[in-house]
Amino acid sequence: MYAQEVKSTGQGVKSLEEMAPDERAFQEKVNAKIKIEPKDWMPEGYRKTLVRQISQHAHSEIVGQLPEGNWISRAPTLERKAILLAKVQDEAGHGLYLYCAAETLGVSRDQMTEQLLAGKAKYSSIFNYPTLTWADIGAIGWLVDGAAIMNQVPLQRCSYGPYSRAMIRICKEESFHQRQGYDIMMKLCAGTAEQKEMAQDALNRWWQPALMMFGPPDGDSVHSAQSMAWGIKQNSNDELRQKFVNETVPQAEYLGLTPPDPDVNWNEDKQGYDYGELDWNEFYEVLKGNGPCNKERLEARQKAWDDGEWFRDGLMAHARKREMRKQAAE
Amino acid sequence: MANDTLVRELALRMGDNTLILGQRVSAWCGHAPVLEEDIALANVALDFIGQTRLWLGLAADLGVEDDADALAFLRDARAFKNCLLVEQPNGDFAHTLMRQFLFDAWHLPMLAALKQSSDRRVAEIAEKSAKEAAYHLERSEDYVVRLGDGSDESHARMQAALDTLYPFAGELTTPDANDEAFAEAGLAPELSVIGDIYQATLTRVLNEATLSPTTTVVRKGGKQGLHSEDFGFILADMQWLQRAYPGATW
Ligand SMILES: [Fe+2]
Ligand SMILES: [Fe+2]
Ligand SMILES: [Fe+2]
Repeated sequence: MYAQEVKSTGQGVKSLEEMAPDERAFQEKVNAKIKIEPKDWMPEGYRKTLVRQISQHAHSEIVGQLPEGNWISRAPTLERKAILLAKVQDEAGHGLYLYCAAETLGVSRDQMTEQLLAGKAKYSSIFNYPTLTWADIGAIGWLVDGAAIMNQVPLQRCSYGPYSRAMIRICKEESFHQRQGYDIMMKLCAGTAEQKEMAQDALNRWWQPALMMFGPPDGDSVHSAQSMAWGIKQNSNDELRQKFVNETVPQAEYLGLTPPDPDVNWNEDKQGYDYGELDWNEFYEVLKGNGPCNKERLEARQKAWDDGEWFRDGLMAHARKREMRKQAAE
Repeated sequence: MANDTLVRELALRMGDNTLILGQRVSAWCGHAPVLEEDIALANVALDFIGQTRLWLGLAADLGVEDDADALAFLRDARAFKNCLLVEQPNGDFAHTLMRQFLFDAWHLPMLAALKQSSDRRVAEIAEKSAKEAAYHLERSEDYVVRLGDGSDESHARMQAALDTLYPFAGELTTPDANDEAFAEAGLAPELSVIGDIYQATLTRVLNEATLSPTTTVVRKGGKQGLHSEDFGFILADMQWLQRAYPGATW
């Protein structure tokens, strides 16, 4: 979902009996899987948690254009160039639907953009890693879009109507992206020794950051219980991470690649793969802004915004002129 | 020249224009002034890359190359036949929009006329591309008008972009010997006919935009493979992977 550290603002989960009538009616709806719509009453904490989560998700889509956009000019064939362009365009489209979904909760796109540029809003840490080779474009599609799908499929059932509907649309496109990414990896792995090495190197670098996309281990993630009660979150971070590992390890094997973790082993008892401890210090450092590309990503977004100011103002000025001419003619 | 040799030359010119402009426009992805423009510019670039695959695919069929990719990624600068306009740097967004307008205003009537080409393959590609070109022109002329007749700053930027780019517009409608041969064989229209339509569009749109060309200089050479110094860097970027790993498939 690209929202890795959403602090929900509820005070711990209340029972139905402890709730005021409004809140109780709301919770009963959520429990009955009836969607909450923008005009419905909702607890302030629910609204705030959703705004944070949806805007983090939207910002992730927007910043996510950068690492892959970086390779459009160098894509090795016209077909790959077209596929990558279309993918990056889809991500911008996802950002747009998600900003619209967040706007139904009373926050404007400009406000959200301001928060992003001021460094106050988070976005997924994964986009603070650099794309160094063409194989990274394959690895991102395969692993990053793959992890995003794993996170987002349950969000299609999110209690908040506009978010849930945006997720349904987005998930379809994300699964295209994953297949296209895997297809790049297949081509590389069936190619020359150098291409295969490029593919393994990309897996080595993206494996751990992709697993971290699910957020910190359940024990450290204090706000999940309320989000689950509100129907914003459906699965725990570790559950989803395990599911992702179970799906990805055989895909890597099929490619003839090895995950960069000696502890990845099939565990017959849990019917899943074990995997080693992740470096959560790195995760928190990247979230704090100290990842390899945090500075470049925000600078690029800031530059786009600043350089575009005259364009946005020019269009407004034209609209005003047109309005004045219309009034003068009447 | 044999007919197929002419068709190939025409396809290279059309396809190199769309390839190089597509390459330039796609660099805006993620860096545009508003999110809607990130999406719209990606769309325009995608259309161009799609058209390139058709044109260069035809050129490859008529030549010794395996496919469109061989033409896009393995030719050197002197063999590219695009006009100088499309290789001009993105500059600020005003330059990008003005370059687009100056191209679209030529591209649409050119494709409309190519639908009548005596060569069925050319006519089919033109048929597929013309709808996209119509949408591109609608969009770029609208922006030229709104920003030309916008704020003082947007006006000044659009005029500066016109000053820089207008000298490259003339090449699109100035015929060389090949253009004359295309027309003679009924493959393509007389460029003077396209030139009249082009000038009419420019006059109408620039007037409405309160902009005016300040020069009559025409800079050309692209159709003969005589490009600007910037061009080598476009190829260095675009062709890098194919060149670094010869013979690999992607
Ligand atoms: Fe997403
Ligand atoms: Fe996305
Ligand atoms: Fe995606």
